[in-house]
Amino acid sequence: MDLMEYQAKELFAKHGVTTTLGVVVETAEEARAAAEQLGGVTVVKAQVKAGGRGKAGGVKLAKTADEAFEHASNILGMEIKGLTVNRVLITPATPPEEEYYFSFLLDRSNRQYLCIASVEGGVEIEEVAKTNPDAVKKVAIDPGAGVDAAKAREIATEAAFPEPVFEQAVTMIEQLFKVFVEEDATLVEVNPLARLEGDKLEALDGKVSLDDNASEVRHPDHEQFVIREEADPLEAKAKDLGLNYVKLDGQVGIIGNGAGLVMSTLDVVAYAGEDHGGVKPANFLDIGGGANAEVMANGLDVILNDEQVKSVFVNVFGGITACDEVAKGIVGALELLGDAASKPLVVRLDGNNVDLGRQILAEANHPLVTLVDTMDGAADKAAELANV
Amino acid sequence: MSIYLNKDSKIIVQGITGGMGAKHTALMLESGATIVGGVNARKAGTTVTHKDANGADVELPVFGTVAEAMKETGADVSVLFVPPAFTKDACIEAIDAEMPLIVVITEGVPVQDTAEVWSYLQGKSTRMIGPNCPGIITPGESLAGITPHTITGSGPVGLVSKSGTLTYQMMFELKDYGFSTAIGIGGDPIVGTTHIDALQAFEEDPDTKVIVMIGEIGGDAEERAAAYIKENITKPVVGYVAGFTAPEGKTMGHAGAIVSGSSGTAAAKQEALEAVGVKVGKTPSATAALAREILQSL
Repeated sequence: MDLMEYQAKELFAKHGVTTTLGVVVETAEEARAAAEQLGGVTVVKAQVKAGGRGKAGGVKLAKTADEAFEHASNILGMEIKGLTVNRVLITPATPPEEEYYFSFLLDRSNRQYLCIASVEGGVEIEEVAKTNPDAVKKVAIDPGAGVDAAKAREIATEAAFPEPVFEQAVTMIEQLFKVFVEEDATLVEVNPLARLEGDKLEALDGKVSLDDNASEVRHPDHEQFVIREEADPLEAKAKDLGLNYVKLDGQVGIIGNGAGLVMSTLDVVAYAGEDHGGVKPANFLDIGGGANAEVMANGLDVILNDEQVKSVFVNVFGGITACDEVAKGIVGALELLGDAASKPLVVRLDGNNVDLGRQILAEANHPLVTLVDTMDGAADKAAELANV
Repeated sequence: MSIYLNKDSKIIVQGITGGMGAKHTALMLESGATIVGGVNARKAGTTVTHKDANGADVELPVFGTVAEAMKETGADVSVLFVPPAFTKDACIEAIDAEMPLIVVITEGVPVQDTAEVWSYLQGKSTRMIGPNCPGIITPGESLAGITPHTITGSGPVGLVSKSGTLTYQMMFELKDYGFSTAIGIGGDPIVGTTHIDALQAFEEDPDTKVIVMIGEIGGDAEERAAAYIKENITKPVVGYVAGFTAPEGKTMGHAGAIVSGSSGTAAAKQEALEAVGVKVGKTPSATAALAREILQSL
């Protein structure tokens, strides 16, 4: 889960990282009130999970409360990289004297953590890496050892934080690592990490990505960061039903078992769609091993509620799951859904007990169901049925 | 011959008394694998009973620790069906006991736990497969994991895949040839055994004639494997990559299956593999057809 700036800053504050929380508001009126309360010059910042908010006009300086109102009116509802801005953060304006960059992240390739630091911050770090690669310092972190005071000092030295803020940087590096491990993040980024007037070091902006597996296992409090109205309604519904679903922009609904097979199914449908008016897969939905009637019905229910969907492709390879169970699940689901099942279903079953599974579907002889033997053939049929 | 697992492998199950552990202990025994016991600290001293491949009862001892299980049974493989919250500790226990091979089936392990286990493993003798994987099967000899043993038998194809169901699908597509070993390395951002490890082992295995490598979006494991193939692999390799239609920034089922910005795309992986001469199929069946062509020409 990616957090918004204000949420990231809440986690920073929780672990002692110097930052200014500000006030999160959803209307321009509230923005005015917040600016009045804070007093002085404020910054109105769009809260969306996307970089480049400033460039997109989503960050504005307001000299007065009325200006904060005006900026908030413009920013709220604005689209940044396809995301609608539903809330803005109002913070006191604290013009930085210098801007640095700092992050901890999961380094998949090397199976460890990585710290990236630069005294040239405030712009995208990828840019700095291109224009002045020597200014971007990378320090590998052994997950078994972590970051103690000595390691934090080593990092601060490598990054060459200037003397007046050096000790503050060492402290903050330790605290940011606490955010990284104690919250089970895969990314903790501060950009800019600012040197303010009076040589005060502060996290002016923050970006945190949390590991969903860890949130599930040991951070029930991370639930507070989920903003339900920001989620796609179908994805929210699927999540409530315990389904692994991702909404896409297409016409062929997809249900399958196993993440790899479902991803592959999306691709195969997209290729088949090239011969059928360019139809595309409408979603990712992995029902895993539990392809019983209830799970199948829930899956179909979500997919059939997607107005773009014109046909559904059920692609199951019976590994541990037996195909007769899957077939019974499909028949049972169609009974459960009744008239709500209104779109053609193309089913491909293979593997464990396939003959029995196909027999069950043949005997049920449901008018909406077409059984096709191969994955490629079934994808072609589903694409054809969606091209209407 | 095979890689990592053979008819002499003696397997214990960590979490043998749980639902998944019990179910798959039974299936592993049914496949003919040699399961010699299990571990559950709270049920040490008890036994569990399952049927073997011939339908005869097998009574398996439950031990309090992995070390004890190894001492008593001579086990050299452990399969873990331990809930995600306890997986790290279970792995570390097995590593401390110097278990040669651990196969971590558990899905949903916090990635920092896996990172810590990987760090702990450095310089030690244990090989880890997974987490979040179907495990490993050497058809006709042994099974450590949840791969169905009924799909196909022994043969010249070596398979390494991030995905369980695509492993099954590919075994099914090439069932008339059979497999030396099929290994599912798992779909998490960090896994113990990589494509490269498996490629190296298949290269050294005389019975593997063709290698099929299945990847998916996320990370750069396939690109690294491509570089490795160029320098080190002389056997024919056929590839498949899933996730061409996956949108940026969305996790597609597997925790590691995510395109981040412009990195981790299926197109980049396909390109990297093709650049070193690996034939990459557009669909699983097209990939199987490529492997078939090579197998026919051998």
